[in-house]
Amino acid sequence: MVEITDVVCSLCGCVCDDIVVEVEDNKVTKVKGACAVGKSKLMGHGRIESPAIRENGELRDCSYDEAIKEAAEILAAARRPLLYGWSSTVCEADKVGIELAEEIGAVIDNTASVCHGPSVLAIQDVGLPSCTLGEVKNRADLVIYWGANPAAAHANHMKRYSYISKGYWTEEGKKNKKLIVVDVRKTATAKMADVFLQIEQGKDYLVFSALRALLYGYEDVVPEVVGGIPKKDLLETVKMMKEAKFGIIFFGMGVTHTRGRHNNIVNAIQTTRAAHTHTKFNIMPMRGHYNVAGINQVCTWETGYPFAVDLSRGYAWYNPGEQSATDLLIRRECDAALFIASDPGAHFPGESIRHLAKIPVIQIDPFPNPTTEFANVVIPTAISGIEAEGNVYRMDNIPIRLRKLVDTEYMADEEILERILEEVRAIKEKEGE
Amino acid sequence: MIKMGAKVNLISGRTIVQGQNLDNKLSEEYFNEVATCELNKADMERLGVAADGHVKVKTSFGEVVVKAKEKGGTPEGVVFIPMGPWANALVSGNTHGAGMPQYKGIDAEIEPTEEEVLRIKDLMKTYME
Repeated sequence: MVEITDVVCSLCGCVCDDIVVEVEDNKVTKVKGACAVGKSKLMGHGRIESPAIRENGELRDCSYDEAIKEAAEILAAARRPLLYGWSSTVCEADKVGIELAEEIGAVIDNTASVCHGPSVLAIQDVGLPSCTLGEVKNRADLVIYWGANPAAAHANHMKRYSYISKGYWTEEGKKNKKLIVVDVRKTATAKMADVFLQIEQGKDYLVFSALRALLYGYEDVVPEVVGGIPKKDLLETVKMMKEAKFGIIFFGMGVTHTRGRHNNIVNAIQTTRAAHTHTKFNIMPMRGHYNVAGINQVCTWETGYPFAVDLSRGYAWYNPGEQSATDLLIRRECDAALFIASDPGAHFPGESIRHLAKIPVIQIDPFPNPTTEFANVVIPTAISGIEAEGNVYRMDNIPIRLRKLVDTEYMADEEILERILEEVRAIKEKEGE
Repeated sequence: MIKMGAKVNLISGRTIVQGQNLDNKLSEEYFNEVATCELNKADMERLGVAADGHVKVKTSFGEVVVKAKEKGGTPEGVVFIPMGPWANALVSGNTHGAGMPQYKGIDAEIEPTEEEVLRIKDLMKTYME
């Protein structure tokens, strides 16, 4: 048995880097310090056992060489390919993915599109007064979770970085901190809060506006109830914000997935700015996948834009809402798709999946999932952070290197993509002759 | 208040067990957690649905059968389905020019049903018809 310390968890945007793992006979046998979700990931699940190609409706096992060749032929022949996912793999693989997209003139999009895409749009609109999670840990005395339920989705977030963590100026942990939760449901996170604001679904924009007005001193314009929240509770919230030495708003899908989308986030950011007239305040999206921030970084370095980038013109074109994965699929525009490190079969609207069932789909993933059910080429891969190493970006855009814990015979994402790219170039060269 | 055939507000989101089975979606654990909808006690009673009773949820974009679960803290008239294939059978692909489908705040109807809950493979087959 070997004990490995300082293991980095490759599940959510927390990217906890203090996990201890025991490995025996090349298998992870014990995980200490991870949350329930991270532990489940590190302990492992059933895998896609072999590369496969769909023939007459059934997947037939084949070699890596054959699957890679088939994938390359599909992509080289496509007129409007979509390359999507990229958030549960490492930046090194993402970089090759962008090179592949450029080579075939694809649209490359990532899971931010159905997660914090609206946050990205809002940040491009009005900026983001933010900080690192280290600063939150060491300084924050008021933590607000808005439309986010870390108890379910980022289960170590409060313990490592925010409300419960103990830092340099917060050595007594939650004793000297306050927690406010804004949510439609009284979630497990809400039950821990000093103040829980139970908002009516879809009324986030109104409540941010009311808080802005109160922070700027316009109490008279705020009605007695806003979005289901009594004015007295809003006044109490604003008092707590003003009295805080260092406040932070963490926001989640409760605001990005609902009516108003990026406009909600613009208002959240402007509420943070309004708090600056009184004290130090910050805001941060609760990024989901462990490297969704990383693909946004890599995509921006390489193309100038963080997601939904169309490379069909020979230069990068960015118009989310037109070239985002969902929009392309609803218009039945793309004629082939490659999905890597994501599962649109489970997470895209049914309407989009209907089109995916009609076009050739390549899946690159360690695990069988709903996307496998309609994929035409399935290429199993090593699990980044367990069987392969590489760089990822935490939700606060801090780069952290994932470690390799066990050996594997599965090919890593980066190598698979390089091989596909090589094959695509060979096909194009042949066509050009 | 939920009435038969009346509009409810459908939202979706994460749960711990859903997260634990992200890499294990073809399992019983995932099915038992994700092919469900959460309602508060009063709404369950008004619908006349017992715990684990089947309900049909319909929107303009699709319909799906899931198991009902009572969950305190859910407001009246709000139905929560854990994110995943069953919830997404009800979601529109219209992104209103923002790239983001509306996964929360969907007008829906809910009613008790005797119909079975589709397993994941059977649910995916409905897209291939």
